Amino acid sequence: MTTTPLVSAATLVYRRDLLLAVRHWGQAAQPLMFFAMVTTLFPLALGPDLGELRQVAGGILWVAALLASLLGVELLFRADHVDGTLEQMMVSGQPLAMLALAKGAAHWTICGLPLVLISPLVAGGLGVPGAALCTLMLSIGLGTGILSALGAIGSALTLGLRRGSVLLSLLVLPLAMPALIFGARAVDMAIHGESARGPLLLLAAMLVLAVTLAPAAVAAALRISAE
Amino acid sequence: MNWTWFHKLASPPHAYRIAGSLAAWFGWPAFLLIIAGLYGGLILAPADYQQGDAFRIVYVHAPSAWLSMFIYGTMATAAVIGLIWRIKLAHAVAAASAPIGASFTFLALATGAIWGKPMWGTWWVWDARLTSELLLLFLYAGVMALRASIDDRDRADRASAVLAIVGVVNLPIIHYSVYWWNTLHQESTLTKIGKPSMAGEMLWPLLVMLLGFTLYYGAVLMVRLRAEILRRERDASWLRAGAGS
Amino acid sequence: MNEFFAMGGYAAFVWPCFLLATVVLVWNVVAARRLLEAARSRVVRSSNAVKDGS
Repeated sequence: MTTTPLVSAATLVYRRDLLLAVRHWGQAAQPLMFFAMVTTLFPLALGPDLGELRQVAGGILWVAALLASLLGVELLFRADHVDGTLEQMMVSGQPLAMLALAKGAAHWTICGLPLVLISPLVAGGLGVPGAALCTLMLSIGLGTGILSALGAIGSALTLGLRRGSVLLSLLVLPLAMPALIFGARAVDMAIHGESARGPLLLLAAMLVLAVTLAPAAVAAALRISAE
Repeated sequence: MNWTWFHKLASPPHAYRIAGSLAAWFGWPAFLLIIAGLYGGLILAPADYQQGDAFRIVYVHAPSAWLSMFIYGTMATAAVIGLIWRIKLAHAVAAASAPIGASFTFLALATGAIWGKPMWGTWWVWDARLTSELLLLFLYAGVMALRASIDDRDRADRASAVLAIVGVVNLPIIHYSVYWWNTLHQESTLTKIGKPSMAGEMLWPLLVMLLGFTLYYGAVLMVRLRAEILRRERDASWLRAGAGS
Repeated sequence: MNEFFAMGGYAAFVWPCFLLATVVLVWNVVAARRLLEAARSRVVRSSNAVKDGS
């Protein structure tokens, strides 16, 4: 009897999630719309002066991306839990942590990557100069990666709980604060024309840490939650 | 190595009994130490050169801040032991510790903020250490909320254990990021509350308070632990024999 | 004595802190003991129920 190599199994999981997201693209688009709407709230609340908005644009964009990612991560495991696919994954003999990594990567592709791509459009509305857009996209990219990892842990822990979504946010937000600090700072520095290498490197380091450690935590949490 | 003594220790009836005596062994010294520390800090110690008598707040602020972190570390350690060796008592220790830790985090924040008013002029300043304490409070809240939301005790124990461990791994990252964020945004060099350079007469009451508070936590933990053990062992026969002691 | 209570002018800050600390210290003890009492009485009740053959 031959067993499926891990890479094929992981790729299978990844592609399946992408296919499902494409089929329900309306649902996948919700975090994007949330992001666009939240960033629109601030000019409405603070006034249309682009000069003023520019001062706080880094923070606004990052908080909005953080909240949008949280929205997106809730459903990471729910559908699979409900229809039994998750159980199949757990008994499949494949390392659950790797499958969790594949699901996390799929989630980032569906939720995080689009955020990265539309962030320049939204940033323009907050007075962010063109020169800062590259740093913006990079920082949002790294940041949403970290959030996908942290969110996966939260999602696995709160699987199937009533009011799980609020609890999920409460659990993930404190963990995400360091990334927020450096991510927003990176965008801010770019807006003011300084090199944002420092914060970006720190973000990258956090991402590496998250991708390395989170899958094991997610796998442990899934086993605990799905008994 | 023969581990039976350890497993015997962790068995509920033994743990219940031992926790009972430990509560007294921790509690009375704690009480005496805290009284001594208060006397030393409020009466014996001279006023600080820069901060005057306001610095005396350190005698409750620093021990609370210390406990808030020590208890989280204990909780996380218990979580690891509970998850890896599947010792129920460890989960009980973690469950009992969380509310105690949260209360001291709150106390550290409140005393820190009150101390800040005469020192900085406002009730809240995003000082690195206070902000770290605030995030620690959020972490405690998360662990307690998660445990409370799960009905199945076993799942609740293990889920909050995973969360506690994820939190403790994050703690150094949080401390560093907040410190960096704070120094970045602060134009003036503000005196950090909490560490006036202390000579002998000011220092010993602080050490006494730190020790007193730590023993106090031990005592309260033992009482809560007994309650946890009783709750978890509800139908066990050893209870009917005589849990009244 | 009055000097002691005045705390060099900082009384409004020092005493509330110590008061808060006392509240937290007392609360922890009271809450823990209450929990233990409640757990004990539940055990007694349920073991009485068993004895009465219910």
